[in-house]
Amino acid sequence: MPDSASTSAMPKHEEAVRFLADVPREPGVPKPDPILVADGVHRNFGGLTAVDVKHVEIQRGSITALVGPNGAGKTTFFNLLTGFDTPDSGSWLFNGKDIAGVPSYRVARMGMVRTFQLTKALSKMTVIDNMRLGGTNQVGERMLQAILGLWRGQEKTITAKADELLSRFKLFEKREDFAGSLSGGQRKLLEMARALMTDPTMVMLDEPMAGVNPALTQSLLEHIKGLREDGMTVLFVEHDMDVVRDISDWVIVMAQGQVIAEGPPDEVMRNEAVISAYLGGHHDKALTDTGVSFTQESSDS
Amino acid sequence: MDWGYIFAVMVTSAFGLQAIVFGLAAIGINVQFGYTGLLNFGQAAFMAVGGYAVAVTVVELGLSFWWGVLFGLIGAVLLALLLGVPTLRLRADYLAIVTIAAAEIIRLILRSVAFKEIFGGSDGKQAFADGFFELSFLSADADLRIGPAVVNDRQLFTYIVGWSLVALACLVVWLLVRSPWGRVVKGIREDEDAVRSLGKNVFVYKMQALVLGGIFGALAGFVTAVGAQNVNPDSFKTDATFFAYAILILGGAARVFGPVLGTVIFWALFQGTDVFLREGIDAGLPIISLMDGTQAAVLRVMLVGLGLMLLMIYRPQGILGDRRELALDAR
Ligand SMILES: Nc1ncnc2c1ncn2[C@@H]1O[C@H](COP(=O)(O)OP(=O)(O)OP(=O)(O)O)[C@@H](O)[C@H]1O
Ligand SMILES: [Mg+2]
Repeated sequence: MPDSASTSAMPKHEEAVRFLADVPREPGVPKPDPILVADGVHRNFGGLTAVDVKHVEIQRGSITALVGPNGAGKTTFFNLLTGFDTPDSGSWLFNGKDIAGVPSYRVARMGMVRTFQLTKALSKMTVIDNMRLGGTNQVGERMLQAILGLWRGQEKTITAKADELLSRFKLFEKREDFAGSLSGGQRKLLEMARALMTDPTMVMLDEPMAGVNPALTQSLLEHIKGLREDGMTVLFVEHDMDVVRDISDWVIVMAQGQVIAEGPPDEVMRNEAVISAYLGGHHDKALTDTGVSFTQESSDS
Repeated sequence: MDWGYIFAVMVTSAFGLQAIVFGLAAIGINVQFGYTGLLNFGQAAFMAVGGYAVAVTVVELGLSFWWGVLFGLIGAVLLALLLGVPTLRLRADYLAIVTIAAAEIIRLILRSVAFKEIFGGSDGKQAFADGFFELSFLSADADLRIGPAVVNDRQLFTYIVGWSLVALACLVVWLLVRSPWGRVVKGIREDEDAVRSLGKNVFVYKMQALVLGGIFGALAGFVTAVGAQNVNPDSFKTDATFFAYAILILGGAARVFGPVLGTVIFWALFQGTDVFLREGIDAGLPIISLMDGTQAAVLRVMLVGLGLMLLMIYRPQGILGDRRELALDAR
């Protein structure tokens, strides 16, 4: 779904980088063309403040990484933005529309689709049925039309689209298998492909690479870059800093519920506040220089 | 021991009134629980709404039988909405608690002294089914003989209509579950957040399943009312709901013909053991003849319980179920 700002022939990556080049590297900084703007989003669990985001903007057409140590509040923030959880306070605009308090299914219909950290492939359904479920505006999902069988034509279109995505995600051979028989990594792929069935404008991926084998990671990264080329905005949570550096145009760092830093990947990884948030203390070297990637293990050290 | 008689009882029970009534009720539960994962423990209330709607409309309002059918269907829809609106947004177990409580409340209202004028108290209501039998195309001497058992023309007409309703209900379920609608509700059964994340209004689908299952429950109520030519609060106890669940699980949940096969086998065995034990006592069979009739009646319920336990252990997916689907749960 191309947007107005992307009529130039320039690849989307360069375009996003150029747009973001002059943006100051500070938490909560405004972006030239934000698709998502969140203000004062706050979520408490009992006494614990899981999310306390003062202000954050996501640039349209970019790949933005959301990173931070375990328990930083990334998943909770995703849940809030997509209507799967309710904040104590806060508002956010998606495409200029206030969608705070909008139920999750409507958020998805508006074009903001998410995947889950704990994969939600429907294991008792076949892979192809999982995919078909993602199709939008299906007449056969209405009771009367379902009984009258008025859905077969549309079903063919949906199936063709699903098959195309399945081949792209190397799952076509698994088409007829129960999703429950897939490996963990394959389920991640399926969930992502299924989300794309809804023709989103913005995809929110919660740790899409977790458990995906390195050979597949490369092709998955290419898929995500492909989404950007197709004009989608991607916001993803990731712990592996190599992945973050490879594909993201912009990185937002969360710690203890707050946005503590923003910037292009290389700059953010040298940021003092980020390093101390990850390593829990002073550290005189940039994380990239130490050769460790920001994996879950490194945050324990 | 009259084996012919035992066999005849088994056949007439397998295809008789109870089999139809509980088959329809179980088809409703199959839509709700089998396919959508909704725990409706108040199916007896939907049956009662159907049965009493017909009885009260004819006897108290003086309207025709068919108005009663219409009111029964509307009543079932309203009851489903009433139960569903507050609970379907909550966790699954809330619906279970609310439905079981609502069913008991409705039954107690029906048998209460305060409403005896309308609902007939614990005696229930009679003499309302003529409008139904006027439609019968069978002549009065069209009796069906199965060995020593006789099915009279009114019973036969009820069975024909009843099994037609069962067939129709199965057809509707079959058309629905193979459609995109069925895909959505099966998705909800497994993980409703996954379905929500794809832009489906989960609440609406759950409500539709609850309403449709409730309508099948009301159909069961109509059939039991005309078949017995009597409605009585005690035939709508919670036991009725659990019989329907037992039938569904026996036949195989989330299978179109699961409830049908379940009800046929259940009633053949349930009534078969009853006559077998009573015949056995009369014939002085060893061990069995140590009991009297009342004890035998209790024993058969125990045998049903034992049978269900063995089923759950050795074939938890039911007769028609798919073991592979169940195995996927464990992952
Ligand atoms: N449902 C909940 N009830 C109570 N506390 C919660 C709940 N969900 C999250 N939390 C708490 O909120 C904080 C943020 O959790 P969240 O899952 O958002 O972290 P995260 O950044 O996604 O971490 P990870 O990288 O490990 O996935 C944690 O301290 C967590 O314990
Ligand atoms: Mg998380």
